Amino acid sequence: MSVSPDSHTFRTGRMRHVLSALVQNRPGVLAHISGMLASRGFNIDSLAVGETEDPQLSRITFVIMGDDRVLEQVRKQLEKIVTVVRVIDISRQDHVERDLMLIKVEAPASQRAEIIGLVQVFRGRIVDVGPDQLMIEISGQEKKIESFIDLMRPYGICELARTGRIALVRSSASVSAAEVEEEEAAIVGPVHL
Amino acid sequence: MSTTDRLAESLSQSHWTPKTGAEVLVASLVRHGVEVVFAYPGGASMPMHQALTRVRDKVRTILPRHEQGGIFAAEGYARVTGRTGIVMATSGPGALNLVTGLADAKLDSLPIIAITGQVPTKVIGTDAFQETPMVEVCRAITKHHYLVQNARDIPRIVKEAFHIANSGRPGPVLIDVPKDIQNTLVPNADLDPPMDLPGYRLPSPPRTEVIDEVVAAIRQSKRPIIYCGGGITSMDAGHEIRELAEKAGIPVAMTLQGLGAIPSDHYLSLGMLGMHGTVYANNAVNEADLLLALGVRFDDRVTGKLSEFAKHGRIVHVDIDPSEINKNKTANIEVHSDVKSFLTALLPKVEPSDSGDWLRQVDAWRASDPMTYDQRDDAIMPQYVLDQFSKLAKGNFLMTTGVGQHQMWAAQWTNFQRPRTWVTSGGLGSMGFGLPAAMGVQAAFPDALVVDVDGDGSFVMNIQELATVFCEKLPVKVILLNNQHLGMVVQWEDRFHAGNRAHTYLGPVDHPEAIGEGSGALPEVTYPDFVTIAKGFGIAARQIRKKSEVIDALKEMIAHPGAYVLDIMVPYQEHVLPMIPAGGTYKDIIKS
Repeated sequence: MSVSPDSHTFRTGRMRHVLSALVQNRPGVLAHISGMLASRGFNIDSLAVGETEDPQLSRITFVIMGDDRVLEQVRKQLEKIVTVVRVIDISRQDHVERDLMLIKVEAPASQRAEIIGLVQVFRGRIVDVGPDQLMIEISGQEKKIESFIDLMRPYGICELARTGRIALVRSSASVSAAEVEEEEAAIVGPVHL
Repeated sequence: MSTTDRLAESLSQSHWTPKTGAEVLVASLVRHGVEVVFAYPGGASMPMHQALTRVRDKVRTILPRHEQGGIFAAEGYARVTGRTGIVMATSGPGALNLVTGLADAKLDSLPIIAITGQVPTKVIGTDAFQETPMVEVCRAITKHHYLVQNARDIPRIVKEAFHIANSGRPGPVLIDVPKDIQNTLVPNADLDPPMDLPGYRLPSPPRTEVIDEVVAAIRQSKRPIIYCGGGITSMDAGHEIRELAEKAGIPVAMTLQGLGAIPSDHYLSLGMLGMHGTVYANNAVNEADLLLALGVRFDDRVTGKLSEFAKHGRIVHVDIDPSEINKNKTANIEVHSDVKSFLTALLPKVEPSDSGDWLRQVDAWRASDPMTYDQRDDAIMPQYVLDQFSKLAKGNFLMTTGVGQHQMWAAQWTNFQRPRTWVTSGGLGSMGFGLPAAMGVQAAFPDALVVDVDGDGSFVMNIQELATVFCEKLPVKVILLNNQHLGMVVQWEDRFHAGNRAHTYLGPVDHPEAIGEGSGALPEVTYPDFVTIAKGFGIAARQIRKKSEVIDALKEMIAHPGAYVLDIMVPYQEHVLPMIPAGGTYKDIIKS
């Protein structure tokens, strides 16, 4: 990014941040935001956009890597855009984060059962069955998705598509049963075994 | 009755009811108090021009000779009046010619509304004749932008555009209007609809605690300094800066856009800081124990090497734009506020003090390294011209510049007395800015002495505007510091490239000067012949080559009732000094 090192900076350390921006639902807003991020040299790991409960507003969720100084600039530059209504640093608060993936893998009859078993462990769904391939839908936290991708590699990944991270701040401190299940599922992957 | 109400009433008295989108747009401009528009017509903007003829008695439409001239003029108008400058162009090439001006206004925070014609809605996206996606092109260089999709939205968009352009940190707003929308009938248009800007917020007044923190920092400081810039000019906070400086005994260093914040000859003024700032301003800023950074953005032309800049002191950074705070330099005390509200809250709490030892130190720097230049009698020194002009004009002038050496000399050697008397392209550094900007200034103040200090490179870049100056009867004066070269690049060639001339000579290529092999003497015949050019445009002009002619020629220029081009031959060997090389520190300053 464009800020230069400064000896006065004591806040260092690259961190992963999830930012959520509520924006006016108008043509060109996404282009404006992505253009600003690119022209100022901010690196975005993931960006997801969609409508909200209010038809006037859309929500854009960003995952960005950087120190506090980078994050502060990204947030301020986003807030400066007239059509950006509000920016929240979700990762500073207790939040739920999800990513949805569709993945198509090589699945000859001999290996199908094994793959289906893994899909069940990860609480995914088979959404399309071809003669030699399966399409699997899986959602969850980033690390769970990554683990599942790693597990599928040996079978042969034909194609995959991901939505990018979406996130919301929790309204209560209590963690729901579904979330506990999700957390458990996330640590099944080989990376964490 | 407010100005807007009065104008709205006079609008209704003229028995003209705006009917089409274009007419509603023009009526909305009138409602917002617009008196001058710089507009160059074309196919896609004709309905708006037709509408402008309906309000001839209220709005002066000035036809520039190039759209870039139009937007630079709007910038000049905006800078000296504080009001929003309006420029209009047709679609495609006309609109694209505004691009440099939009970027210029964005970087120098000038309130501009650029209205562009667009091809009809149904052919947008088909590569139609003179179609360019203006909003796509201009996102990064405007504060906000609109593509009008419904004629009914026009009054709201215009209202929002004025609000956005001229509140908070001012900036340019683009309104792109397809031709069919200009022609759409809008019966009973509501010219004062509510705005819909849920994401646009202005800062609240600074908190008492933060003001107290700054007061304490000033009290504890033994070596305080004010570093102030464009924010002071935008907020007309010159009076407050002066009061703070005098009350607490704090010297003031100004950025290029802050010049005029306090008078150049005020005892606490250190003039400009930065790359071509005074030795004493740069010493003071870097040796201070408290830097009051007010309405500034720590631009690289000010700071040089960031990690070394003002590293001995605490930094208080006050800016209306929060993204400027901690962008380049971390502040110890952050104040998200406009400088005027900040100073108004601060002033009653600041205790009078005299930082005697510190001011004596600053004066010692001033005495050991004053601003100076060679007092030659065999040549006209550019600094001498500006010095003499200042003496003759006595603060009663408005000045614009092009970009380059002449601009820096003007910044260094002109005696400014007030904010909003100096218009220069700082952030973007757009050559060709001076003459059109002067047109805009003169349109705002028809009776003022308006001077464009220009270089022969910059002047040629928008020389066509001499036609506007003549035809619109704008008595702009041009002090042309003519050295037949691109002086600032030549200076860098001399300093950093062993004097190797790389396309910096502005005469014919078969002259030895083109490859740096000339005698260095003033040429007998200069190129181009600016006197003849000016006369071709109907404008008075004179070339001078001797120091003894300067005062007489300046007097003649000032006294001349119409526009005037004073072509002054100056030596190209002269460098702008002092100079801190790019990325250097105040200790690297070049003094000779």
